[in-house]
Amino acid sequence: MFTEKYITSSCTINKGAVIKEGLNIFESHTDIAAFLLSVYQHFHFSYPKFYKMDNLSKLGWLAAEILLKDSFKKENYRPEDVGILLANANSSLDDDIKYFETVKEMASPALFVYTLPNIVIGEICIRNNFKGEHTFFIQDKFDAGFIAQQVNYILDKNILQACICG
Amino acid sequence: MSGIKETNEPDVFVVADNVLSPLGKTTAENFSKLKQNISGVRQRNDGGISSKPFYASLFNGDESFISDTNQDYTKFEQLLIASIEEASKDSTIPLQDKKTVLIISSTKGNISLLETNTNNAELHKRIALSTSAKLISECFGFSTQPIVVSNACISGVLAIITGMRLLRSGQYENAVIAGADVISKFILSGFESFQALSGQICKPFDKQRDGLNLGEGAATIILSTNKKYDQNINVRGGAVSNDANHISGPSRTGEELAYAIKKALEDAKVAAGAIDFISAHGTATVYNDEMEANAFSLSGLQSVPLNSLKGYYGHTLGAAGLIESVISIQSIKENLVLPTLGFENMGVTQPLNICTGLLPGKFNNCLKTASGFGGCNAALVFGK
Repeated sequence: MFTEKYITSSCTINKGAVIKEGLNIFESHTDIAAFLLSVYQHFHFSYPKFYKMDNLSKLGWLAAEILLKDSFKKENYRPEDVGILLANANSSLDDDIKYFETVKEMASPALFVYTLPNIVIGEICIRNNFKGEHTFFIQDKFDAGFIAQQVNYILDKNILQACICG
Repeated sequence: MSGIKETNEPDVFVVADNVLSPLGKTTAENFSKLKQNISGVRQRNDGGISSKPFYASLFNGDESFISDTNQDYTKFEQLLIASIEEASKDSTIPLQDKKTVLIISSTKGNISLLETNTNNAELHKRIALSTSAKLISECFGFSTQPIVVSNACISGVLAIITGMRLLRSGQYENAVIAGADVISKFILSGFESFQALSGQICKPFDKQRDGLNLGEGAATIILSTNKKYDQNINVRGGAVSNDANHISGPSRTGEELAYAIKKALEDAKVAAGAIDFISAHGTATVYNDEMEANAFSLSGLQSVPLNSLKGYYGHTLGAAGLIESVISIQSIKENLVLPTLGFENMGVTQPLNICTGLLPGKFNNCLKTASGFGGCNAALVFGK
């Protein structure tokens, strides 16, 4: 039996627009790297590690920052009680291609570490000191029903008290 | 209030399994080689993978894994198909049934295609893990949507935890969980750039350990909640945690892996004192093994017999958690814990009871752990 659960906040970053709780709060149409930087600057984030991240981690990190900003009281939760379930269509392919370009000359460890899709989860965990359950799934099309089922189970069993998913 | 399991959740049984590695094509072949202390790791000279000689456990280049050559399956997909075929051969689990789910675990899947093919949208689709999952699902006629877990080196253990929970929740009755990774230039060059590779057969937990070996392989576990398997080994419980410390280095304290172990034991309703042996991650890198030793010590498991199988298989990435789980299940069945090839002198600061020879005994419960990039940790408990 599922207990009541609440979506406390939502954020999407898609096609050059940042939307929080259904409201368009920033828009910029340029290439992906410039767009991610413009989002970072627009919200006056200050987190030097951002600059070394790959695009996938930047995107996930920004979405989590905007999602949690003014909406989530971290201090109400133990680090172990907050977790993250994410999915995307093609893993870390963007960074995989960039990494493999460097192999011809000198393989870049800084790019290699981002050739795993779950690194974005690691980045969000480091930023927020979240230490709970997490999983990265690969799905051809985002399967909201599956993610909801996973989150329901994890919250119902008290494995987590709060979960970021997307 | 946390960690309470509803009593109406069904038990999850291991129905069948397979390990496909350079050491053998069945679980029995693999276990027999391990009992003889035979390693798949040896020096390789393969210019296609690295300009320098390296130590790894690899299949031979010309090896074929499946008889069906009508389809254009990659080596990665062939390994998964061969492993699932072998595991499902002797079981009566209906793969095509709506009650059966397929879960695939891999870190890099078909990434080697980047090395040989033109970089375009078609290639991107071919590399996607969901494409491989679909091909494998179609090959066996699964009727449910396949699930893909790609979570660095804990992928295999996490895939089993995911399967266990889907079965407990009643959404499915059976789960076929398969994992594989293939070693190519992409992966080897990356670990090389991290200076993480050993120039010999790796030495888990040893004073002289200097890095890991990479390995290829696949493994499959078939789980079911059907009561007719209630004499089989159980997947008793599992849990996951994150270090929230560093993306490419493990926790300094091991507290987070220890937390995953604690939650897995609670989930399994097994006390630390009832764990009879541990199958550690034991990659033989300086920091991983030290972190694990800390975690086992924090968990009160320092005197429990422990092994790492990395000296036999190398690090098989997305397959590792599955291969090592299957071998541990076989250890419970045969009441025989395997040694840690490469270990000679204690090289971690916390005491551990590392197996150095075959250890016969009566073994009921095993703890399997894994940790990886992104600060991820996972723990699983299997038992009779």
